[in-house]
Amino acid sequence: MCLAIPGRIVELLPEHENLALVEVGGVRRKIDVGLLTEDPAQAGDWVLIHVGFAMSKISEKEAADQMRILAVLGEDEAAMQEIEGYG
Amino acid sequence: MKFVDEFRQPELITKAAQEIRRLADPQRHYRLMEVCGGHTHAIYRFGLRDLLPENIELIHGPGCPVCVLPMGRIDDGLSMTERPDVIFTAFGDMMRVPGTHGSPLEYKARGADIRIVYSPSDALKLAQANPDRHVMFFAIGFETTAPSTALTLMRARKLGLHNFSVFCNHVTIIPAIRAILDSPDMRLDAFIGPGHVSTVIGCRPYEWIARHEGKPIVVSGFEPLDMLESIVMLLRQLKDGRAEVENQYKRVVPWEGNRAALKAMADAFRLRPYFEWRGMGFISQSALRISDSYAEFDAEQRFSVPGIRVTDPKAAQCGEVLKGVLKPAQCKLFGKECTPETPVGALMVSSEGSCAAYYNYEHRKQLIGV
Repeated sequence: MCLAIPGRIVELLPEHENLALVEVGGVRRKIDVGLLTEDPAQAGDWVLIHVGFAMSKISEKEAADQMRILAVLGEDEAAMQEIEGYG
Repeated sequence: MKFVDEFRQPELITKAAQEIRRLADPQRHYRLMEVCGGHTHAIYRFGLRDLLPENIELIHGPGCPVCVLPMGRIDDGLSMTERPDVIFTAFGDMMRVPGTHGSPLEYKARGADIRIVYSPSDALKLAQANPDRHVMFFAIGFETTAPSTALTLMRARKLGLHNFSVFCNHVTIIPAIRAILDSPDMRLDAFIGPGHVSTVIGCRPYEWIARHEGKPIVVSGFEPLDMLESIVMLLRQLKDGRAEVENQYKRVVPWEGNRAALKAMADAFRLRPYFEWRGMGFISQSALRISDSYAEFDAEQRFSVPGIRVTDPKAAQCGEVLKGVLKPAQCKLFGKECTPETPVGALMVSSEGSCAAYYNYEHRKQLIGV
């Protein structure tokens, strides 16, 4: 739970003000971007995701690094399971 | 140097390891605590201790949310499943954590409606989809997850839901560090600060550790190179006789943290006067309750929660391991009664728990004679 999952914002969704479609390792799910109001998320931004919420914006390089860290820690499958689990 | 081939930038790793050896005073024994369970997991996975000189000891801290939750709170949460209309929801990490009468998974096997969610907002959706049921979300976590619960509470109020509640077990990292520093059997030289918690709280809340306790702290990333660099930064401070907060993980952690997240937490939560931590006893102002303006969503107010207190199994020494007084393998149950397959204590359940990390990477190696 300490380790965040990196993803790319595909688009902001109209369903409610904080909803966005995010892509992680080819899987697209809805996440909440309501914690980024100081520097609102845009399509194309890379973010760190915790329990379905974007916590911070990061660079594309940092996203790739974080994904590799998850893989090396053996947490990548759990991370993808989490992403796929978002309703 | 088992995992060194998997490291990126091996030449930088080697350089950092050399710098650590150069800086470490051979006459001195260093005790550095990594606060975050993610770091604990990474240290074992990467075999980082093999890169450090013998006189640098890494002590595992309390930063594993599942591990620090006392069994009584698990029992309290599970007691709500006695009501047939309740759907009990929690993160997957919680499912195998033993309560007095079994884990959530075992309750589920006995017929309780217990479901894994990956996000608090999914628990909320479940409530919307099941208007004739009550959905209770068992919230755990440090400041990395608390803001998400806060936004979910706000959303529940906005939607006017009447069948959703949160059993709040969010804890805060700073009082835990304070309790460890106040513990008489604990002697630490410096801290490796948590990475993702700090994206929320920033670096400022650690300043008292440097200023008043005289201990250096470096907020660190999770790459092997990040952690080695952080240790270099700590050793430099110790060598110069400085005690400061430094941020090695600047590419992700802003000094001021995430103000929107802090604001959401301030709105939805209040500090509890005290809260029990597994093995560490009651720590004052160390946990969050739901604020009065969201009382209708507070499971502790909606249900009569028994307020169970359970002492940890006597033989298990989770508290000493959590505080870093004992190494995992020094616990009497380690690898015998308590394994990741049949955990007695929560530190053996989560991959961020130091016992599970030690078992999976060190103990298994020894078992197969590598």
